Amino acid sequence: MIALRVAKELRDGDVVNLGIGLPTLVSNFITPDVSIWLHSENGVLGFGPIVDEDEEQDLEYVNAGSQPITLLPGASFFDSAMAFAMIRTGRVDVTVLGGLQVSAKGDLANWMVPSRGVGSIGGAMDLIAGVKRVIVAMTHTSKNGEPKIVDECTFPLSGRRCVNTIITDLAVIEVTPEGLLLKEVAPGVSIDEVRAATAAPLIVASDCREMVF
Amino acid sequence: MPVRIYETCAEAVADIFDGAVIMSGGFGPAGTPNNLIRALRDQGAKNLTCIANAAGVRNRLDILCESGQMRRLIASYPIYPSNPVISAFEERWRAQEVELELVPQGTLAERIRAGGAGLGGFYTPVGVGTVAEIGKEKRVIGGKEYLLELPLRADFALLKACKADLRGNLIYRGTARNFSPLMAMAANTVIVEVDEIVPCGELDPEVIVTPGIFVDRLVKVKKIVV
Repeated sequence: MIALRVAKELRDGDVVNLGIGLPTLVSNFITPDVSIWLHSENGVLGFGPIVDEDEEQDLEYVNAGSQPITLLPGASFFDSAMAFAMIRTGRVDVTVLGGLQVSAKGDLANWMVPSRGVGSIGGAMDLIAGVKRVIVAMTHTSKNGEPKIVDECTFPLSGRRCVNTIITDLAVIEVTPEGLLLKEVAPGVSIDEVRAATAAPLIVASDCREMVF
Repeated sequence: MPVRIYETCAEAVADIFDGAVIMSGGFGPAGTPNNLIRALRDQGAKNLTCIANAAGVRNRLDILCESGQMRRLIASYPIYPSNPVISAFEERWRAQEVELELVPQGTLAERIRAGGAGLGGFYTPVGVGTVAEIGKEKRVIGGKEYLLELPLRADFALLKACKADLRGNLIYRGTARNFSPLMAMAANTVIVEVDEIVPCGELDPEVIVTPGIFVDRLVKVKKIVV
């Protein structure tokens, strides 16, 4: 459901990079009327949905999550330095990243859980530094029920003041200079439930409504 | 030096020495030189520093951790943060048998490219405000903060390409390209496993991705993609 709602944020003509995990599911929900250009850090531009599990998997054509992908007409392959040149110079419009924590000011922590002692950065820091818009797609709370939207991140940061939009299984929240703005709630979810699951102040938009798909 | 064709991966890696710095191409299952990695494991060289995007995340570069050969890994994605399964790399890291230098992926790619391009370093805006800036020179250029990053070079690069000609010119396949063209420039001895070796003239000069000037050794293999 989160992936479906994220897909609605993408604008015609956007160049979009999808992070591994939940964000890569978005590629399967892009509707034919919105023409976006999918970019992957491992060196491909212009790919389509993930290959079905029961179809032949060519593991030399994969996305950032190592899932086999289909190619669209006009696709191109290139090396990793070029992939990140595209990212750093702002030619990638939107990135959808996973999150461990997002702060009220839009700091993002998504590369290490401190208790594990080791983490993985991948392309997240480059994407944060380069793209025009960062959407975080994540569960609203952790497996232990802890809020992931917090006043200040306690996990190591991937970037500061970088998140624009947070889309979770409970809500759509915009990060604004005035604070976190609750714009939509998931079907069947109340504003109070969202507040209870969020460890930072929420401003409720005057036109706050249920998510539309 | 003209490129040399080897019959087996074992012969191609025979002179890799203890303490060597090894670059390994690949992103996940795509472009990882699995035949060469296994041959290096069998050959037994120890105290290796490996430079790769990942070891043990959708690839099996970490068989060199299982064998105790890898002493240090320079990588961008060594574990799956939200997957509790522990790879052979993470097991050895926890046992303090393998050190890790964690580098943002774009910075890793550009450090390798800089090493391959004869440069002394470069400034990137990536990582400012995070742990990536620790110990690094920070500079303001044009009103924006940058970190100084230094080049990476290796003694050997183990790569997987699709086709090579007898000059060592290489083409790659799909997303199996990723780091390999950069690593091909940044190592003293470049060893490539390929699906096919063709006569000179068969590869169109327009499509060659790695000119043979960078390539030292070729081995034709039966592709292993894991």
